Amino acid sequence: MSVPQTLAAPLLSVRGLRKSFGKSVVLTDLDLDVPEHTCTVLIGASGSGKSTLLRCLNLLEVVDDGVVELDGQDIADPRVDANAIRSKVGIVFQAFNLFPHLSVLDNVMLAPRRVHRVRRQQAESDAVAMLERVGLSDKARARPDELSGGQQQRVAIARALVNRPRLMLFDEVTSALDPELVGEVLTLIRELKSDGMTMVVATHEMGFAREVADQVCFLDGGRVLEQGPPAQIFGAPQEPRTRQFLARIVAAGRL
Amino acid sequence: MTPEPSGAAQPGSAADVIKAIPLRRPGRWIAAFVILVLVVLFIYGAATNANFQWSTYRSYLFDRRITKGVWATLQLTFLAMALGVVLGVALAVMRLSANPVLKSVAWAYLWVFRGTPVYVQLVFWGLFSSIYPHLSLGIPFAHQFAHFDIQSLQAFFFFAALGLGLNEAAYMAEIVRAGISSVGEGQSEAATALGMSWPLTMRRVVLPQAMRVIIPPTGNELISMLKTTSLVIAVPFTGDLYSQARQISGANFRPVPLLMVASTWYLAITSVLMVGQYFLEKHYAKGSSRTMTARQLRVLAKAIGNPDRGGDGA
Ligand SMILES: Nc1ncnc2c1ncn2[C@@H]1O[C@H](COP(=O)(O)OP(=O)(O)O)[C@@H](O)[C@H]1O
Ligand SMILES: [Mg+2]
Repeated sequence: MSVPQTLAAPLLSVRGLRKSFGKSVVLTDLDLDVPEHTCTVLIGASGSGKSTLLRCLNLLEVVDDGVVELDGQDIADPRVDANAIRSKVGIVFQAFNLFPHLSVLDNVMLAPRRVHRVRRQQAESDAVAMLERVGLSDKARARPDELSGGQQQRVAIARALVNRPRLMLFDEVTSALDPELVGEVLTLIRELKSDGMTMVVATHEMGFAREVADQVCFLDGGRVLEQGPPAQIFGAPQEPRTRQFLARIVAAGRL
Repeated sequence: MTPEPSGAAQPGSAADVIKAIPLRRPGRWIAAFVILVLVVLFIYGAATNANFQWSTYRSYLFDRRITKGVWATLQLTFLAMALGVVLGVALAVMRLSANPVLKSVAWAYLWVFRGTPVYVQLVFWGLFSSIYPHLSLGIPFAHQFAHFDIQSLQAFFFFAALGLGLNEAAYMAEIVRAGISSVGEGQSEAATALGMSWPLTMRRVVLPQAMRVIIPPTGNELISMLKTTSLVIAVPFTGDLYSQARQISGANFRPVPLLMVASTWYLAITSVLMVGQYFLEKHYAKGSSRTMTARQLRVLAKAIGNPDRGGDGA
């Protein structure tokens, strides 16, 4: 189902998004379009609001103002069924947040069984298939704490994918991993992308961003300050703030 | 080179090793011996002291009134505890909810029930009958289909269990709340992100993990409840173990052996409960110490360390 980028209406379209915590305004007047089957990478300094943006897209945060259209439906409207939207938008966090009291298989099966009321047999075979997809079918009976960080993160991805989301959000999913475990998770995300999954990825892995992104968005001052294809953002950034940020990344040896 | 004063540096010297063992902690042995002598003297004294009236003790230990009292005490304990746990979970969830009305109702409940002695609360529940002499269950303005005499013995049993349970709920609420807050925010967030509703998140993700922190102090509460039932005379309910023992001694003027009878039963039941608690804690600790977060360990230590109650035994 590897479909090239189309000119149709984007799967996700954000207009004038605003989000503040008390007096501190984190996102203001933010616009973003994510076409179907593409990968959008968010970059920006720590505290620039990447996590907040992703959490707004998953309705983990209540949006103050603006329109967030997913498949033509405004999900920022307070009248929508938030839980139904969350099933359509998967999110994976920096801290894997697997449920430690459940086996790997039960972690993956929990939402299908309890939210989508899938019958046990069906849920189990779906979960096993998904674990196979992330290369962990042999760990189905293990407890999360018996897995390495990279394996835990892959289970977290399987747990989100099993709901068949339209959009996947990744929030610095490799930041908590030991360096030698980063590769397996990035490889999985690359594979998802070539399967045609639509995704928004916040990351500090600039090499990965350059390779996997269809568009790169630089967040600064609560909005998308600059966006474009990776070659342009990394090769010829227009905004001085973007150049500054990338220079710091280069100085830190991460590009 | 001067020779070493002790044998510590000469591991090969067998004589030194043998000599060192009995001298290691002389204070400990002396203390143990003194205590042992005192215990033997006390037991001998008690056994031969006519004031303990051991023959009376033996004849009443399995007296029908006493065993009925034991049964009533057990019923009170478990009924009150069941009410306390269920209501306590509800109160804890209310206190942690975002709804300000639920929050303040729960807060006020804890304020009242933790801030007054359980003995006083039991007296109040007894007086309930003088406020509402006849309690009717039924649809207003329709036919009364249930009607029970509020002054009967069953009514006093009911009020005793109710009073103990409502008081217990306030303490259980704090234990459950500590358990729930020991589960990291990331857990409920991950569940919510999967589309799980709040009640579902609580039931399937948060409460099962909170159990590890909730179970040990709840065991303590159960044991504590068994002993607190001896206060139900305040209602006044007189069917429990302690009241039965008092009633018998009131008739035969032998309080000491009957107190010993009651104590024996309380001790026997708490011992059984403590064994159960030991295995339950072992079960919940199984393979979980590794996944128990520092935060959970801290909360657990706190929950066990400060039982946080003054009225125990009044
Ligand atoms: N729940 C919250 N309450 C208050 N402030 C928050 C909260 N979450 C994030 N912030 C603030 O919002 C800003 C953006 O945070 P975040 O979205 O985590 O940035 P990033 O992921 O890019 O590092 C930060 O200044 C942070 O302190
Ligand atoms: Mg972040």
